Formats: sequence, structure tokens, C-alpha cells
Amino acid sequence: MPGESPIRLSATQACVRFGPLDALGPIDLTVQAGECVVLLGPSGCGKSTLLAALAGLQAVASGDVQADATNGSDIPGVVFQEPNLMNWATAQDNVALPLALAGMNKTARLGRAQKALKRVGLGSFATAYPRTLSGGMRMRVALARALVNDPSALLLDEPFAAIDELGRRTLDDLVLAAKRDHQLAVLFVTHSVDEAVYLADRILVLSPRPGRIMAEIAVPNMPRDPAFLTSSAFAEAAAAARRVLSAQLVAA
Amino acid sequence: MNRIDIAPVLAGLLLLALWEGLTRFFHVPTVILPPPSAIGAALGDRGPLLLPAAGVTMGLALTALAISIGLGTLVALIFARIPLLERSLGPYALVLQATPIVAIAPLVIIWTGIENPRRAILILAVIVAVFPVLTSALAGLKAVDPGLDRLFRLHKASGTQRFLRLELPTAAPFLLAGIKTAAGLSLVGVVVAEFVAGTGATGGLSWRLVEAGNRLETATMFAALFLLALMGLALHAVLTLIERQMRT
Repeated sequence: MPGESPIRLSATQACVRFGPLDALGPIDLTVQAGECVVLLGPSGCGKSTLLAALAGLQAVASGDVQADATNGSDIPGVVFQEPNLMNWATAQDNVALPLALAGMNKTARLGRAQKALKRVGLGSFATAYPRTLSGGMRMRVALARALVNDPSALLLDEPFAAIDELGRRTLDDLVLAAKRDHQLAVLFVTHSVDEAVYLADRILVLSPRPGRIMAEIAVPNMPRDPAFLTSSAFAEAAAAARRVLSAQLVAA
Repeated sequence: MNRIDIAPVLAGLLLLALWEGLTRFFHVPTVILPPPSAIGAALGDRGPLLLPAAGVTMGLALTALAISIGLGTLVALIFARIPLLERSLGPYALVLQATPIVAIAPLVIIWTGIENPRRAILILAVIVAVFPVLTSALAGLKAVDPGLDRLFRLHKASGTQRFLRLELPTAAPFLLAGIKTAAGLSLVGVVVAEFVAGTGATGGLSWRLVEAGNRLETATMFAALFLLALMGLALHAVLTLIERQMRT
């Protein structure tokens, strides 16, 4: 478990308002390097808003959010609900986009894009166009794009909701591998309890709008493999998360 | 697709044969309806006169098209950047577009064309051809995927990067469809303007058409029409080819 690791993502008393509407907060949250925190909560509770705020795409009304980097890019890698690929560009050009926008020359960025594609198992699809790829493969391209500039943090906003069970497990494992290999701070938004437990070191359950942290569930540090899915630790963490979620239903 | 469907070729030949046979059988005067053979002969006879004229008309149409593409894209970019401008000027652009070009032509010729008919013809053709470019480019620029837009914001893309890597590629297929329409319209615009200008000063094909009509050289008129149709088709074919190239 990351005990002394540096904090990569933090929110301090962060609130987001949409006009007169309180959308989120106040929220306090930290994610350390090498840690995966999963945000779980009902739809409309502001999970995605919190993620957008941490990515710098959404201004906070009060409080503070921060994404820090000691090495690598200070722009976090972000994967949204849709792959959001440029359909006029090949997989490697899509993956290389963040590097291109940062001004890297073509040979260097394509080399790194190909490496990133290999990491997600798409090494032989570098010159394929998005329309020729399956939904799961497109998401893997999006994941490679999020990782290509060696970010310190990875933010994922319900990214694999539309992917079939097996493809989803593959993607989850790729996220876990990236976390482990690069000491990434991962913040993962999902509404799936099982996915949350499988990925998380800590699960934060959010309340309905305006989203606040209702409960924190620590998931035991065990290898994430098929055996983990049938372990009692998995079942207990999932049950704990479901209890908090159902308590909200009763309260509402 | 490299295979050419033979059915329309056969149908065309059949119709030509029918046309030839019927005009001969009923002794239709060539002034009313010349047989295809006479049109072919006129094309050969008058070729030295008609072909340069066709070149002039085609040159004017291509120039008008180029101006329309540049102007239409530029105005679309300005409109996309400043929505207030689009809101306030858009309706008037529509008025101009909805007014038949034949009705505007005499005015434009009085203003700009008495000493310079070429300029008047270009202006008129651009007035017709610029709108499909403008509207399609504007639609294309507005079709940017919001998710990609967010990604470009995340990576702090500059205005130029956004334009070259996001807006332009998104708008390209829209723009090309608009340019295809504009190509046909620029030819129409040039022909109409040449008619209305009523002067042989530019030496365009429609002037030759009017001239042949005045002399009751109906076969020459058909020959000129044939060339006009051929030019329209050529423009369309080239643009379709570019469109296909872009899709692969």
C-alpha cells in the first residue's frame, strides 16, 4: 500500500456550482502516486464534475483542486465515457495527439504513440482508422492516448460502461498495470460496484447532489486476478459499498 | 469502382440513333431540330470558334469557384468565431441568396461591368456560388465533437492547433459537399451573367450560343450546349474523385 507516496491529486473544500445549483461539495480528497481511488455514487451526484474539476476542465466555485506532477506531464491523462477519437486520423495519430499539441516532432511522437499502443495490446493496429476498430479497441486507443505523455495522474470517467464484460476486464487490468508500472495516481468514476471493488485501493461513496463523501471503504491489498473476484474480501467490500448506496436510497 | 456500367452508354446510343432516324424520316428542318450528325458536324466546323470560348467560360467558372471557396470559408470562420455577426447578418445573406441572380445581374453590370464585363461576370457567379460554401463550411465548423473539444482544452491547444487539427478536418467533408454544389452553380452563374451582360467582349461560350441563335444556326447552338454540359460533368467528376480519395 502506498503509505508515504506523494499526493498527486487533491481537492480541498472544493465546491462546484452551476448557476444557482449546488452541484458538488464541499469535497476533500487526495490520491497518492500508485493509488487507485474509485468514486462511486448515484447518477447526477457530481462524480464527473469532480473529475472535470481535477482535470482543470471545470472551475470550482470555492475551495481548491490540484493535479501535481514531480516528473512527466502536469496535464493528467483523462479517459471520458466515449473514446472521442478523431475519425480522420489513424490510431497512432490519435494516440500522438497530446504530444503533437505539446509541440513534439512527428518522428518522436509517433515512436511514443506506437509504444503506448503496444502497452494496450494494439501494437499491430497503429495505422488502423477508428471506424475499423471495435468499441473495446477504440477505448484502448483512448487509454493509450491518455498515457502517452507519461502523466502522473490518470482520470477515468465511467470509461468502460458501454463495453462488454470481458473487454471491460481487459481494460480494467490495463488501468491496474499502468498504475503499478508508472506509480500513477488513478481516479476512477463508475456506477458499477463490482468494477469499483476490483480496481480500488479505496472507494469513496458520494451522496446525491450536491455530492459529498458519505463513506470511505478500504479494499484489502490483494492481487487483482479472477480469484480475487470470488474471495471473501471482494464480497465484503462490495457488500459494504452496497449498504451505503442503499442507505442513500432509503434516505431519499 | 473502375467498372463502367454499360447500360447508360447503350441507352444513350439508342436515343441518338432514334433522334437521327426520326429527324431524317420526318424531314424535320435543321433550324428546328438538327440531327446528331449535323450537331457533330457543327462541332467540327465551329470547333475553332467554340473551344476557345468554352475555355474562357470554364476559366471564369473556375476563378469564380476559387474566389467562392476562399470567401465562403473565410466568412464561415468569422461567423463561427463571432456568433453575433452570424445572427445579425445571416438573414440578409439569405435575402441575397433567395433573390434570383438574373434579377440582380443588370444592376451589377451597371455598377461594375460596363467597362469590365469580366469583373461583373465573376461577381455574379461568386454571388451564386459562395452560399453553398459558406453554409456547408459553417455547418462543418459547428460539427466539432464536444468530447474532442474537451480533449483539446485539456491539452491547452492553441487557436491555430484547434483550427488545423480539429475544426478543419471536421469541416472538410461538409465543405467538399458544398464545393461540389458551388462548382455547378459557378458555371450557371457565369453562363447567366454572360447572357445578361449581352456583350461578346469576354468571348464566353454563352455569347457564342446567343450569336448562333441570332443566326438560326441551331446545330451550333446544340454543339455549344453539348460543350457546356461536358464542362459541368467534368467539374462534378473531378470533385467526386477528390471526395472519394478523402474518404479512403
